[in-house]
Amino acid sequence: MIRLWRNVRFWRFAGQAIAVILMVAVLAFLGSNLDRNLRQLNIRFGFGFLRSQAGFTIGETPIAYQPSDNYTQALVIGLLNSLKVIITGIVAATIVGVTAGIARLSDNWLVRHLAIVYVEALRNMPLLLQLFFWYFAVFLSLPSPENGISLGLITFSNRGVGLLGTQLSPEFSALLAGLTIYTGTFIAEIVRGGIQSVPRGQWEAARSLGLAPPLVLRLVVLPQALRAIIPSLSNQYLNLAKNSSLAVAVGYPDLYAIASTTFNQTGRAVEVMILICATYLSISLIISLAMNFYNRSVQFVER
Amino acid sequence: MTSKPPSLQTTPLTWLRKNLFHTWVDGLLTIVSSVFVVWVVTGLLTWVFTRAQWSVVSTNLPLFFVGRYPASQSWRLWIVLSLVVVTIAFSILSQRSKSSRQKLLSYGLLVVSFFLSLWLIGGSGILTRVGTNLWNGLLVTLLVAIVTIGLAFPLGVLLALGRQSALPIVKGFCTAYIELVRGLPLIGVLFMALVMLPLVLPSQVRLDRVVRAIAGLVLFNAAYLAENVRGGLQSVPSGQIEAAKALGLNTPLILWLIVLPQALRAVVPAIVGQFISLFKDTSLLALFALVELIGISRSILAQPQFLGRYVEVYLFTGLIYWIFCYSMSIVSRRLEVKK
Repeated sequence: MIRLWRNVRFWRFAGQAIAVILMVAVLAFLGSNLDRNLRQLNIRFGFGFLRSQAGFTIGETPIAYQPSDNYTQALVIGLLNSLKVIITGIVAATIVGVTAGIARLSDNWLVRHLAIVYVEALRNMPLLLQLFFWYFAVFLSLPSPENGISLGLITFSNRGVGLLGTQLSPEFSALLAGLTIYTGTFIAEIVRGGIQSVPRGQWEAARSLGLAPPLVLRLVVLPQALRAIIPSLSNQYLNLAKNSSLAVAVGYPDLYAIASTTFNQTGRAVEVMILICATYLSISLIISLAMNFYNRSVQFVER
Repeated sequence: MTSKPPSLQTTPLTWLRKNLFHTWVDGLLTIVSSVFVVWVVTGLLTWVFTRAQWSVVSTNLPLFFVGRYPASQSWRLWIVLSLVVVTIAFSILSQRSKSSRQKLLSYGLLVVSFFLSLWLIGGSGILTRVGTNLWNGLLVTLLVAIVTIGLAFPLGVLLALGRQSALPIVKGFCTAYIELVRGLPLIGVLFMALVMLPLVLPSQVRLDRVVRAIAGLVLFNAAYLAENVRGGLQSVPSGQIEAAKALGLNTPLILWLIVLPQALRAVVPAIVGQFISLFKDTSLLALFALVELIGISRSILAQPQFLGRYVEVYLFTGLIYWIFCYSMSIVSRRLEVKK
């Protein structure tokens, strides 16, 4: 018979047992403290507070809302505002990033270096700083609506951006600009790497078949580059979604901002924390699933 | 008689033709982008030299770097700075040398000078105490970033090993932790650390704000570092592990002597990348009333004589972040090339 401490199966069992005991002990310790502390603060765990009146105003409401509505309705507004900025941000950042990534590989010296300066300058500064910059130094410093700057269909003023009759608030505009331009730098690097991963022979073969350079890029290179791009790109989309929670810095009422106001008013840290976690995890999960689905459709189909 | 090959010398004119005006589309792009560049550069230069009021930066320079740290004690920070320089120089030199004793010595020096610096900054015993509420600006940004990476790295390695473990419970727990944290925004994790941590600890334990912030950053970054390290672990050929087993090494020794050294060497650039994003992420602490670099910029902007000087302050703050992050990204690129 093998000695006990030489027995691999014994050690496997012991390792798992120790892990379980440690985890249970830590969780029990934290849980009992939480219970005691909450009792001291006179808070009883439960989501009943969601039905009580919120009482605060929200700057931007995609659906009707009054301060007399309850917390659930306020949080739904926050979620809608978050989704609004995440979806537009993903679209805009993709456009900016792909353009900059292609420009980064341009034969034109000036265009190439412009793209390099954009990427290297802006991805090495914190997003929060850029958001403050966009909000305070750009959008709030613009002239008033009467003498706003008009570029065809778009007008810029300190009340936000007017686009084809719809008015975007300065908070939303600053958040969207910051998220787009910051995430765009990362997408640009991913696109550049993806395009460079396509063998040079593919370019040359397509050119020698008589395709013009823009068509080579669109028909031959990009479809192949996409396979390398998509997995990293979906990471950037996830980052953008998570970073949209910095909205609170510029006063855009996104989910996190409203949840944090709810916490300040009710003191319900645990419940608010659970809500924040559950929502952001679901958003992340949805983006991952959608990107996985898309990824499968662009992968090479083996014959 | 042989004729010389045609000259390939580039004159400025051929360079222009090749790089800026190859086709007419190219020429159009060049013209449009040069108009843009000229417009931006002239606008920026006239603003920098005529309209900008740099006094907001020059009068507040000490605030940006050390915040409200008492001026009478600032000699302590100079000692810390020289200590950091000496430690870095020594560890670079000893990395080049072959003697393992010198390497060990440099690790020792690193640990000693870290705790010495902490003592010099905070002070206790013969030095007057300087509370963490007076640690502001770049000082606290750097301190938080360094302490966080020092703590998050070992935790990340443990989580990565746990995720690769053959024990299903350990594996499940580590995987769940990593995926959960990576699905959350940092601001949510910091909220948890600053608000929830006091609730789940015994009420006698009072954690300092800076400590709680570091805890949040460590919990967050450990999950990302774990994923980086996992990439490295997977890159170690299984033949290495089999060979080590055949030599009779047990599992902890295989990990310590064979797997980890190879895995970690492979992921050094990724870890530097994570450190860069951690350095930028420390800015979020400003949203939780910690007066780090961005926090101090905001309080400088609240000074009545400098109201509205956003562009100057944010450009200067951005420049500080940029210098640190860009130099680290160059280091990471160098390491990648060396491989």
